[in-house]
Amino acid sequence: MRTTWCLALLATLAVAGGAAAQDAKLVDAARKEGKVVWYTSLALPTAERLAKAFEAAYPGIKVELNRTGSERILQRVMQELQANIKTVDVIHTSDAGHFVMLKDKKLLARHTPPGVERFPAGFKDRDGYYYGLRATVNAIAYNTRVVSAAEAPKTWKDLLDPKWKGKMVTAHPGYSGVIATHVLALVKLLGWDYFKQLAANQLMLVQSANDPSGVVASGERPVAVDGGDYTFYQIKKKGNPVEIVYPKEGVPLVISPTAITAFAPHPSAARLFTDFSFGRELQQLMADSEGLYTGHPDVTYPADKPKLSELKLLTVDPDELLKRNEEIKKRFVEFFGA
Amino acid sequence: MTRQSRLPRPGLDRSLPVWLAAALVLLFLMALPLGWLVRVSVSQEGGGVTLAHYRAVLADPALRRALGNTLVLAFWVGLASIAVGAPLAWLTARTDLPGKGVLRALVLASFVTPPFLGAFAWVMLAGPNAGLLNTLWRRLTGLDSPLVDIFTMPGLVFVVTLYTFPYVYIMLVNTLALIASDLEEAAAILGAGRLGVALTVTLPLVLPALVSGFILAVLQALALFGSPAILALPAGFHTITTQIWSFFHYPPKIEQAAAFSLPLLLATALLLLVQKRVLGRRGYVAVGGKGGQRRTIALGAWRWPALAAGLAVMACSIVLPYGILAKAALSRAWAQPLTWSNLTLANFTFTFVDYGATQAAIVNTLELGVATATVGAVLVALLAYVATRRLVVGHQVVAFLALAPIVIPGVVLAVALFIAYTRPPFVLYGTLAILFIAYLTKELPTGYAQSDATFRGIPAELEDAGRILGAGRLRILRDVTAPLARSGIIAAWCFIFIGVIRELSASIILFTPATRVMSVVIFDLKEEGQFGAIAVLGLTMLALTFATVALMQRVLGRDMLGARE
Repeated sequence: MRTTWCLALLATLAVAGGAAAQDAKLVDAARKEGKVVWYTSLALPTAERLAKAFEAAYPGIKVELNRTGSERILQRVMQELQANIKTVDVIHTSDAGHFVMLKDKKLLARHTPPGVERFPAGFKDRDGYYYGLRATVNAIAYNTRVVSAAEAPKTWKDLLDPKWKGKMVTAHPGYSGVIATHVLALVKLLGWDYFKQLAANQLMLVQSANDPSGVVASGERPVAVDGGDYTFYQIKKKGNPVEIVYPKEGVPLVISPTAITAFAPHPSAARLFTDFSFGRELQQLMADSEGLYTGHPDVTYPADKPKLSELKLLTVDPDELLKRNEEIKKRFVEFFGA
Repeated sequence: MTRQSRLPRPGLDRSLPVWLAAALVLLFLMALPLGWLVRVSVSQEGGGVTLAHYRAVLADPALRRALGNTLVLAFWVGLASIAVGAPLAWLTARTDLPGKGVLRALVLASFVTPPFLGAFAWVMLAGPNAGLLNTLWRRLTGLDSPLVDIFTMPGLVFVVTLYTFPYVYIMLVNTLALIASDLEEAAAILGAGRLGVALTVTLPLVLPALVSGFILAVLQALALFGSPAILALPAGFHTITTQIWSFFHYPPKIEQAAAFSLPLLLATALLLLVQKRVLGRRGYVAVGGKGGQRRTIALGAWRWPALAAGLAVMACSIVLPYGILAKAALSRAWAQPLTWSNLTLANFTFTFVDYGATQAAIVNTLELGVATATVGAVLVALLAYVATRRLVVGHQVVAFLALAPIVIPGVVLAVALFIAYTRPPFVLYGTLAILFIAYLTKELPTGYAQSDATFRGIPAELEDAGRILGAGRLRILRDVTAPLARSGIIAAWCFIFIGVIRELSASIILFTPATRVMSVVIFDLKEEGQFGAIAVLGLTMLALTFATVALMQRVLGRDMLGARE
């Protein structure tokens, strides 16, 4: 795998032309720094896999991984800065609003990984501070042992049917950026009233957008009203009785950016790690084994996953996501209780 | 000055500075953080004092609900703990119940089990749909509705009680062991039935212990963070502690967190005051006498039902939760039967090999555990020594300060420490030091109580003899007192160590990604729903705990529930 990667790197470098010497310098500097500290909201096993791939490609540079929900990551970053602690090199969350704010506060370093110019517009910050590492859509999922395909909900509004009372699970926008984005997208489509009615069905509240998949697979609640479709896809692939529904009204698209901090204690390792994670090999790995979407134009997707182009996508503007962040959390808690 | 010329000089003991330093440390651990807590709760942007934050938290209906939920939880946990703990204590202390030793060992196990692990296990046991017990129930009865729904207030009360009733049990079992049978027998001779004796004689005698146990249980329930976070949040309700924790979520509302902390602090202080009053009246001749004989009460035909009831409680508290944790640790999907195809060691390799954060967290936990226990054990030994030997003017103050942190719930302590140590002159946030301070402060009362008993048990005459022979106070401490106090000090060490490695409610606010501890990693994994890894880490934590318990029992020559003698 390492050889393949080296070949890929060489090819990229040949295209870049003359950048090879510069790149070797970066690797050298990164090695001296010895590690990169990565705060990530990527599902833990996925994040571990990515880190391991990097460590295999660059022996001697450790990835120090800290996984939690997007909103918790922002909380930790800001709390640490308040105490003047500067440990994080690379921040990756699923709440694009965070990056607007971090950029405004001059906490991000400008860095454009090679190749991202070919990514679609939604994956790129026009000022060059952050780029979408991966994407997912929110979907409905159900347990096929409990719910038949015929009676399964097909649309977001189907979830308002009282027959689902006590049978559904939702993740939390106060924890997960995927869910914060999802809530805003659906508020724009259906209004807050939708969530008010949904809450009347007494949902089980979990935190992470990765958790509904487990809850549905175990049968604790047969229907998930949100959650990253890649987590449902993975758990289904493992043989669990889970089926995914992409509602026709449209599915909220979540593009999760990544950025290097302006105060990164390991800036070279951070750049190397970022460049690596935008490389074809890593982007393909996320598509293949994790079921994620990416912005990389050359990545191919598993045949049993719908193409992004086949789905009606609901997008949200990062600026609006930032502006309405508090409103989203507040009203959600108001309706769902916690 | 040579060694030979050193003579004891009354009034100018050179150990005095040591005591003063210790007293100062206490003041520093408590006064600075709490001072900041109060100050921030009334702080106004741009300076000045305001009650706006108090108004904000008390006027918000959601926060008032959290307050109400906490009161309901604490009250019912208090009552339920008595309902479970009192009969168990009576059965194991006074009757001829078979299997008393086993029951007592199981109560001890429940006492040291981290409550949040119990709560997590009960999610798998009694989640309304996938929970093992409910699946069984449906299969047996064919009914559609679950036997228990753990994600409810009664469910929460149930689970919290399972790990709180030992406080009532300990209070009571130690009191019962001191009641002589004479009075009970006199009542029996005068014609009272067994129940009559229990109600008219035994009950009044143990009433102070009962009330006291009730208050201890209520305090535990008030301060708990992990169990409500695991069981109440999914059901859409908050308690004070989870609410304070969520004030830290972005955008943070630290002032409101501080303002919301103070009612909890006051409630705790008030309850402890009541407890002190109640215990202070314990002047009965009948209790505390060692001479009287205690006869075992024959249960007759009731022996077996009583044993079954006791074992049923302990099954809920220990056997079932530990069993389901083991199952989850060994299976791919915890809700599926443990067949060959579902059996895996992947959770272990993921937890210990793949997931880098685990090793760092285990190292942090052990470091903090050993450091806190060691510093704590020495500190409480010094403090208890100075207080029991009345070495300084105002030694009562020393004892008071050492016990004072008991009024501070972990979450509140964390808020105070967070505020105090994220700003100059002492920026400790982000280091293990802030966790160390939190743990030390939190464990001080437990350790102190243990040490106090130790030093009370060492006759002062031996020390006086050493002094007459010309040794200084420190030398006597080293050569006479320390050897006698050794096992007691080790016991205090173990108590503190066990308390530290399971600590969640303060850690969850004070940790940073670089200073994670095991409990925090477990909580992180819980938020993402990684059941297998949680089970593995939980079992590791239990193994550490029970190894410490075993060490302590060896040193003490008795179990840790026993009366301090």
